[in-house]
Amino acid sequence: MSDEKTTPLDAEHRALGAVMTGFGGWLMPLRYTSDLAEHRAVRAAAGLFDLSHMGEIHLEGPGAATALDRALVGSAAAIAVGRAKYSMICADDGSVLDDLIVYRLADEHFLVVANAGNAAMVARELTARAAGDDVVVTDRSASTALVAVQGPRAEQIVTSLVAPAAADAVRALRYYAASPAFLQVGDGVEALVARTGYTGEDGFELFVDAADAVALWRALLAAGAGHGLVPAGLAARDSLRLEAGMPLYGHELDTTTTPYEAGLGRVVRLDKTDAAGERLAFVGRDALAARKVSAPARVLVGLRGEGRRSARAGYDVVTRAAGEPGRAGVEAGVKVGVKVGTVTSAAPSPTLGHPIAMAYVTPEVSAEGTELAVDVRGRAEPFVVVPLPFYRRA
Amino acid sequence: MASYPENLQYSREHEWVDASSPAVIGITSHAADALGDVVYLELPEVGAQISAGDVVGEIESTKSVSELYAPVSGTVVEVNQAAIDDPALVNSDPFGAGWLLKVEITSRGDLIDAAEYAVLAG
Repeated sequence: MSDEKTTPLDAEHRALGAVMTGFGGWLMPLRYTSDLAEHRAVRAAAGLFDLSHMGEIHLEGPGAATALDRALVGSAAAIAVGRAKYSMICADDGSVLDDLIVYRLADEHFLVVANAGNAAMVARELTARAAGDDVVVTDRSASTALVAVQGPRAEQIVTSLVAPAAADAVRALRYYAASPAFLQVGDGVEALVARTGYTGEDGFELFVDAADAVALWRALLAAGAGHGLVPAGLAARDSLRLEAGMPLYGHELDTTTTPYEAGLGRVVRLDKTDAAGERLAFVGRDALAARKVSAPARVLVGLRGEGRRSARAGYDVVTRAAGEPGRAGVEAGVKVGVKVGTVTSAAPSPTLGHPIAMAYVTPEVSAEGTELAVDVRGRAEPFVVVPLPFYRRA
Repeated sequence: MASYPENLQYSREHEWVDASSPAVIGITSHAADALGDVVYLELPEVGAQISAGDVVGEIESTKSVSELYAPVSGTVVEVNQAAIDDPALVNSDPFGAGWLLKVEITSRGDLIDAAEYAVLAG
């Protein structure tokens, strides 16, 4: 038996025939039927995801905004009630400990959503960094379930479970906004309905008590049946977020990276101030301020494959070398050149029909249109630098 | 436990070989399911000499890369162009339209029967 944790929906996944896999200390559905079919369902209709492995950490009290402003790189005080912001928690040296979404549920109540594998660390860090502030930090990851409905039909599916009086409010939610809603599931389920996601599509993430997870999951599957909704696993989630150019902790972000290399410098608010209008020192600020003005050693870029072969995370990005035809029948025809970077995520893009990858490369080869190659098990496969994201919904 | 065609022989690396001459070779449904959606096949060229146990190709799925081992020794006389063009055939019909190679066999490797393979594949 493994030591991996299971979500409240574990039995549902098994009943649906999911292939399970370890991820961030949890046993999660990798796929139910086909990675590609689940990916395409999200682009064309809707997919249902179990995200109960994510961490939910609440900060409540008069000092909540200040505590978060000291702990994170963004400005929590600037988030309006009912809105959310993408942020990061960094170490003193400016490196990224985790990327997060911060929801402001009330004036003095924030919800921080952390990645599964980092959730306990983030809870510990937030608790330590909030010491002395008038705030209570509670890790409610174990008692909270999270399911996401993503895709162009998501709004119809989710609002069909919301009481008519509240459905308009859910429909009116903007991207990165959230609202409590009463769901007509069983005897009724209290949910936080957020218009957020990780797929590049419109969609919702629904936070409920773990005890309500199974009823909500089944109700969403039933409500979505006529809309083309299918349960979707981590494999589809990964290829969807890659097409959307979204970073994954452990791939594009880690403790060797600052937000600037990842092209996410905009989330760092060096200028944030405290209630008295004084510049606010936050963990990592000095290092990040220095990093902002120094020349980057590497830059995150998008790569489009010109052949059929996909790169994989960890493969070397190399210069294209002249001559040296490849083996017959393969579009690639270049020998492996000089290493200029490393692939962080890669997949054959189901939507675009060609391989895509994100990679850290040296600044000299980071310009759009630069012709590079990836060392795919000893053979150079041609790739070209392209802007991120690869896919943007119409 | 899944059942596997009894008229085939199997390698421990999840290839199958039929009894015809030249013999047809593919990967099992168990291997195809484990790989996920197959998106690219790299197969040896017609005329290539292969030896049982050697790596003779690669099977790429959306999430992984797997090596194709030769379950027999001999000469490749045909590769399945339809599967190269549409690798999803390997998932949808691994024992049929998703076959990979036809090989004029000089010797068979260490092959097992369907019952033994079923135990191995779990």
